[in-house]
Parts: sequence; C-alpha cells; structure tokens
Amino acid sequence: MRIDCPLCGARDRREFYYQGAAVALNRPAPDAGVEAWDDYVHLRDNPAGETRDLWHHEAGCGAWLVVTRDTVSHAVSRVELATDVKGAMA
Amino acid sequence: MGELKAVSACAGLVPVCIGSVTVDGMDLECMTSLSPFGDALALDGALKKAHGVGWPQAGQALGDATVRVIWFGRNEAVLIGPEADQGLGDVAAVVDLSDAWAAVSVEGAGTVDVLARLVPVDLRAAAFGEGQTVRTQLGHLGASITKLGPERFMILVFRSMAATLIHDLKQAMAGVASRG
Ligand SMILES: [Zn+2]
Repeated sequence: MRIDCPLCGARDRREFYYQGAAVALNRPAPDAGVEAWDDYVHLRDNPAGETRDLWHHEAGCGAWLVVTRDTVSHAVSRVELATDVKGAMA
Repeated sequence: MGELKAVSACAGLVPVCIGSVTVDGMDLECMTSLSPFGDALALDGALKKAHGVGWPQAGQALGDATVRVIWFGRNEAVLIGPEADQGLGDVAAVVDLSDAWAAVSVEGAGTVDVLARLVPVDLRAAAFGEGQTVRTQLGHLGASITKLGPERFMILVFRSMAATLIHDLKQAMAGVASRG
C-alpha cells in the first residue's frame, strides 16, 4: 500500500503512522456538553464505503494527512494535508 | 574551560569502501533548523540576503558545498554550512542542530543499488536528480537523503544512530558487491 503525500509524493506504508478516524478535526467546544464530548471521544461510524482517517507521515515530512478511502474496495481516493482540511473548515 | 576537540559522530567508523562504493563522514560545520512564522516569503528574502540561498520547495535542496538550504519536512528546512544569521530569528524559528546529526556521503558506481536495499524511495537517476532531497527511512532509521552528484548522496541521521547507519550501509554494500 502506498499513500500519495501532498508534499513527498507516493510513499510506502511503512513511513506512516495510522491514528484513526479524522474526527480530531471536529473537536467540540469545551462547553459543548457531555453528549457532544461522549460522541467525539467514544462513538465512531463503521461505514461500508467512504471513510476519512488521519495518518501521520512520521518517517517523511512529518505532516498529518487526511486520507479518504473506501472500506469496501480499499481504494484511496484523496490525500490532503490536515492543515488544509482544517483551514477550509474555518 | 580548555579548548575542546571536536569528534565527528562517525569517528572511527569511516571511511568504508566495499566494491565500488565509498562511505565517508562529512563535516557540515553548522546545521540550523528553520521553520518560518506564517508563510515562507519573508524567510526566503532574509535567507537570500544573509546567505545567498532562498527557501526550498518540498523535496528541494538548494545551494552548494559552502551553503546549503535543504527541505527537511513540512514547513522546515535546514541551513548547512555557515552560522545562521541572527536576523533569521525575526521571521522563523531558528534551532541550532549542529552536532546533533551525523552526516555521511555515499558515492561510487552502484550507490543507488546499495541504497535500494535500505530505502523505500526510488533514488534512481530517472526519478531522483541532483538538487532533490527526501525525508524517509534507511532501514529503521529516520533519515534525510540528498543527491549531491551523479553517484553521490548525503545522508543525515540522528547522531546517536551513526553506528547503526554505518552498519546498515556496510551490510548493503557487501551484499551488492558480492553479486559482482
Ligand atoms: Zn510527506
């Protein structure tokens, strides 16, 4: 498996660290309430289809990446810098 | 305090010559990490003014043996050679890394074959030219690899990993040499 890092180009899987669902980009406000925080910390979707994960290009440029992939076909459709994704949300 | 004698990270380990490939230590003088505040425009200007070499794009290595600016990761480059100009601190986070990294050159016919045994990036001439650099792994080590010439690369690893780097390179060199 290779991930096409926006900075480094297509790189071997061993250079990356997998963090999990890309929910960290949607961190609730401190006063968002127990339910929002419970959802953020514990509850994850398990989709058959498109999902977004955070990967760290640990042994490369050091950037956090948002990788969009399909859990059924395993195809990776998009790789973006987490900073760009977060910036676009603002 | 008396005058301290500098000891290279690879002292006693290099040079190593196996087959047609040679590994030797490189004395980088100063090595300084630069991370721009905001975009890199101001740092690019300050670098050019102070050191004659600008800010590199991702994967780019600029300059020559006297002054190099090498891309070192997201929003980071290293200045190699001269002591960093004080003014850079106005536009970037400036961290002195001198002596914290070990530097070696690997050169000679077959160098790419040696590195191919250790590095998961295509470093063949068609894919990786002079002036290009990568952050990647060499064996289990995090490394910075820069192409300096047709069959010549500079490899940087944490200083504490110098012996492992030389060990891994020797093993790969012996493997390639044994195939004739
Ligand atoms: Zn990268």
